[in-house]
Order: sequence, then structure tokens, then C-alpha cells
Amino acid sequence: MQRFANPGRFVRLANVILPWTTGGAIVAIALGLYLGLADSPPDYQQGQSVRIMYVHVPAAWMALFVYVSIAIASAVALIWRHPLADVAARAASPVGAAFAFLTLVTGSLWGAKMWGTWWVWDARLTSMLVLFFLYLGHMALLNAFEDQSRGYRAAAILALVGVVNIPIIKFSVEWWSTLHQPASVLRLGGPTIDAAMLWPLLAMALGFKLYFISLLLLRMKSELLAARLRALGLAQMGMS
Amino acid sequence: MQTFGEFLEMGGYAAYVWSAYGITALVLGGLLVSSLRRFSARQRALAALEPKRRRARPEPAE
Repeated sequence: MQRFANPGRFVRLANVILPWTTGGAIVAIALGLYLGLADSPPDYQQGQSVRIMYVHVPAAWMALFVYVSIAIASAVALIWRHPLADVAARAASPVGAAFAFLTLVTGSLWGAKMWGTWWVWDARLTSMLVLFFLYLGHMALLNAFEDQSRGYRAAAILALVGVVNIPIIKFSVEWWSTLHQPASVLRLGGPTIDAAMLWPLLAMALGFKLYFISLLLLRMKSELLAARLRALGLAQMGMS
Repeated sequence: MQTFGEFLEMGGYAAYVWSAYGITALVLGGLLVSSLRRFSARQRALAALEPKRRRARPEPAE
């Protein structure tokens, strides 16, 4: 805990980055919303419901990206014991869970009309649900122990064990016969999606990513304050 | 060029499209607000504690 007594360099760096990522997120999301809702064409088959894609796909990409980030942070925490790595994993987890939740909900809303069903136990949807549960498990483990360092360690191990789910999610639509359609953007041979739809998608994806970075830095600063408060609380107890 | 009414109707998919965007805004916005509030609360708590520390007797090196 004494390691957090002077968060100094990280907080100063975060404060330099934050205005840019925040401003960038606002611009990118505003642009994405305009292009996605107003300035792009409806789909020849799906009509206007295709616009759900502009929140569903970026949310899905972020759910995966955040989990991989947490897994990397967990590895760094376990191997090199860098205190900021634990803090980063803790700060990121609820954000990743939120993106996974949004992926599932917006996907259901999209599928309800397009597929005629709110849910199906195909490989893509099921593995995405597993990802959501992994996030919940990660968050639960962080808070499950009196000794916080045990919580960090258990959560880090869960994060790393769960990483096998990420390629399963990504390749599920190719390895199994799924109701969920195969990749139209991140695939060998390049995107098959129309340019008019690709731009709003990329704008929203960038916006969500910058939002995540801003929120992560804020939550890490907040976690460092909490650690300092705990350290002061213990120090005061020692003094009385 | 569609009318604003047509825009809101989303070709008959209004409930689905606007629910999707709505819950996205709610969840991402809510998370942001909650994180900001917690951060401010901790900042205030720290500011309240720090002056007291300086008045107390000096601690061993931190």
C-alpha cells in the first residue's frame, strides 16, 4: 500500500492524456452517430434496423479488447508484480462487462426482428455470454477476500485462464455453423461491408475506444485515491 | 431526403433501434457518471484527511 503513497508520475501522465482522449471520444462518437443514423443508407435486406450495427459491433469489439487488456495486465501483475497492472485490471473490468452486456442486449434487439428470435445457443452468442460471466467472476473475485492482494491474484488467474474464450468468440462463426453471420470487417481478404457503412462503424469503434481509455484513466486515478485513503486509515489507527 | 418523422420511425424498427441506442447511452453514460462521482467523493475524503495528518505528530518515513 505504501507503493501508492506517491502516485505521481502515472497521475501526471493520465492528466496529460485525458483531455485528448475525452475530446476525441466526443468528436468520434458525434461523427459516428451522425453518419450511422442520418448519413448512411439502409440495408437492402434489413432496412433501418441495420443501424443497430453501429452500436452492437463497436461494443462487441470493445468487450473483446478490454478483456485482452485485462489479461495482459494480469500477466504483468503476476510476473512482474507491477502495482499499476492490478489497478488497471480492477478499473477496466466493469467497463468491459458493460460492453459485453451491451453487445448481448443490442444483438438481441437486432436479432429479434432479423432472425425472428431474441436468443439462440449458437457458438457466437454462447461464447459472448461466457465472456460476460467471466467479467462478473473477475469483479467478484477482486472483492471476495479480506486481503486485497489475494483478490487481485485470484482475479488475475481467472482472467488468464479465460483468455482461451477470446479466439473462440472470434472464430466461432467460422468453426461452427452459427446463426450469427460471419465476419464482414476483420477477415482475410479485407472487409466486404460497404464503405458507406464502414465509416460510421469505424467512427463509433474509435469513439468507444477513446471513451474506454478516458474512463480507464479516471477509474485508475480513483483507485489510487482509494488505496491512499486505506493507507491513511491504517496509519491513523497505528498512531492512536 | 426523409422527414424527421420518418427518421424517428426507422422504417418500422423504431422500438428496436432506439432501444439499442438508448440502452447504450444509459449504460455508458451511467458508468461515466458513477465513476466521476466516486472519484470526486474520494478526492473530498482525501482533502479532509490530509490537513489533519499534517497537524499530528510526524510519522516514520513513508
